[in-house]
Amino acid sequence: MSTIADLPRQQFQSDANRTANDAPRRAAVRRALSNYQTARDRTGATFTDWKSARASAATIKHEAVNHLDRYLEEFEQKFTARGGKVFWATDSKQARDYILNLAKEKGVRSIVKSKAMTGEEIHLNEALIKEGYAVVESDLGEYIQQLKGEPPYHFVFPCMHLRRDEISDLFHRELGTAKTDSPEELTMIARNVLRRAYVDADMGISGGNFIVADTGMISITENEGNARLTVGLPKIHVALIGIEKVVPCLADLALFLPMLATAGTGQHLTGYNSMYGGPRQPGEIDGPEEFHVVFLDNHRTRLLADPEQRDALHCIRCGACLNVCPIFKNIGGHTYGTTYQGPIGSVITPHFRGLEDWKHLSGASSLCGACTETCPVGIDIHHHLLHNRRNAAAQKPAAGEQLLWKAFSFLMKRPALYRLATKFAPLGGLLHPLVEGTAMDPVASWTATREFPAAPQGSFRERFRAHKAAKAELVKKGGVQ
Amino acid sequence: MRVTLFVPCFIDSLYPNVGMSMVHILERLGHSVDFPEEQTCCGQPPFNSGYWEEARSVAVKQIEVFKNAEVVISGSGSCGAMFKVFYPELFHGHSAEAEAKALSAKTWEFSEFLVNKLGVTDLGARFEGRATFHDGCHGLRELGTKQAPRELLSHVKGLELVEMSEAETCCGFGGTFAVKYPQISTAMAEVKCNSICETKADYVISNDSSCLMQIGGWLNRNVGSVKCLHLAEVLASR
Ligand code: SF4
Repeated sequence: MSTIADLPRQQFQSDANRTANDAPRRAAVRRALSNYQTARDRTGATFTDWKSARASAATIKHEAVNHLDRYLEEFEQKFTARGGKVFWATDSKQARDYILNLAKEKGVRSIVKSKAMTGEEIHLNEALIKEGYAVVESDLGEYIQQLKGEPPYHFVFPCMHLRRDEISDLFHRELGTAKTDSPEELTMIARNVLRRAYVDADMGISGGNFIVADTGMISITENEGNARLTVGLPKIHVALIGIEKVVPCLADLALFLPMLATAGTGQHLTGYNSMYGGPRQPGEIDGPEEFHVVFLDNHRTRLLADPEQRDALHCIRCGACLNVCPIFKNIGGHTYGTTYQGPIGSVITPHFRGLEDWKHLSGASSLCGACTETCPVGIDIHHHLLHNRRNAAAQKPAAGEQLLWKAFSFLMKRPALYRLATKFAPLGGLLHPLVEGTAMDPVASWTATREFPAAPQGSFRERFRAHKAAKAELVKKGGVQ
Repeated sequence: MRVTLFVPCFIDSLYPNVGMSMVHILERLGHSVDFPEEQTCCGQPPFNSGYWEEARSVAVKQIEVFKNAEVVISGSGSCGAMFKVFYPELFHGHSAEAEAKALSAKTWEFSEFLVNKLGVTDLGARFEGRATFHDGCHGLRELGTKQAPRELLSHVKGLELVEMSEAETCCGFGGTFAVKYPQISTAMAEVKCNSICETKADYVISNDSSCLMQIGGWLNRNVGSVKCLHLAEVLASR
């Protein structure tokens, strides 16, 4: 990540320039994702009808998101009836403070965490570590990123950009273990550290994949069994979940669990799917004594207030839109500088963190629509990028750019002028003086890496005119046609 | 049938042959081809950049130009999608909404028009060579065009069509994106072109000239041997 650049846009530009030129890393990311694509195609084909599954999923999420208040309260009622506690956090500070206070009050010393992007979103680890708590990430990928001191590269595959030898070197450096090329051995190294962490921890923190309203349960999906231990072993558990994760009823998971697995990793079902309904009940032999659910708003209600883009709250964070995105594949996850990378991140980050600072992400897209095509819950992702661009231009037009488009439309509204102008200069040449030497100069920017098409002999309209004239001549001479 | 051509600004000035090929094909099929000279640009560049007011002022002119057309045919999936998909959105709640929807309803992408409106798949074309087909994103995902161009190409004598692994992957053009983020755009072109080269094709064919400008731009700089052709150019050859 860049050190000179301070603004998100500058950081993005300079990181994108660097990563788009990093051929080996791009190749590694593509390789990793091509395996995903094969698995996903195979599993997706086992759905009788993916299209209608998608439509049903969208309908269910639409219902849930449009009645968030009702479903979240239903959850709260059921969950608290079993002794669970629910805290509604308006923003990241409230969520952090609640967890920090709880840890302090209960005399917590060490914490084990399973994967939670909401934790990244509110910078929870940093806050806990600053207060002196030992925090260990228990998901293997997250653990590797924690050791490396880097945020996740991809919100489903946190260390997908790393090669095995890089992980081995990292373990060697940080843990003093012998170098190895075997994935099993690498997993065992991490497992040894992590097993100790579960036993030591007096608090577990997790995210949650679904909030099930009618049973008052949260559903967690994972492949390593680490979330089960994170929830099951420590005395206190906190699940930090975005309010949009709700589904109306348990039966909905019959659709969402296989769908999340298929879209997310190409599996039929993820390895472990667990439901948690609160703290340990009388007579039960395991589970935490205290179970807290922190509902995180953190500007999700801003999206909720926008009818055009509200469907972005349908997101089940499967990561599929990243996996098919040609931009993501070429610039990688860290370049975005956001908690949520890829197309969906580019849509929602401006709502969460401000349009002015994050509009560039919506601009950095060819609008190819691969994301929208793949999204299991039918979010209109790439059109929302267009909407963000429109909203950004309306909110604060870029002076130079607005002038350019005004000139452009002035010309294009006047066919005679357009004809006259294009007769003497190719189209690009016309508006060129407006942007020459600026970042928007299309000529320099194009020709640095690509050839420009050779100028043809005469425009289409000239040739069409000649063609029509020749035909008319033929008719006059009594020829056919 | 009276067919009205929409030849977007960059095809007009950079790829006149594409437009003329469409004219020849349609005339051979016995249709009269009309090209209103007042047309300029669909307004996609400002639209995609977020300047919808400016885009509307250009778009409203095009709506007027094509008002009396029976059908409007576009040789670019992207500009066709602008008429067909984005005009209704751009004019949503504006006075020209009904006209925008009417234009949308009678607009066709070239290959879709031939196959699904006219029911023609064999144009009697002959073209020697090995080629691969690039699906332009707007044609593919906004308009749903996938089979029509392949259907048409399968009847071209002498042509061997081989699918590339990345046929549906974006070439990285994306309008102003190509010049605002040239590094990303170029990296995408490289991926696309490597996939084209893997097929050992002599030609890459597409139904969108804007993609071909990007693909050709990269190929000519880095490879040189693969040529770009618009679908209409292939279908017009004998
Ligand atoms: S936007 Fe759709 S594809 Fe992307 S992560 Fe969310 S659910 Fe998955």
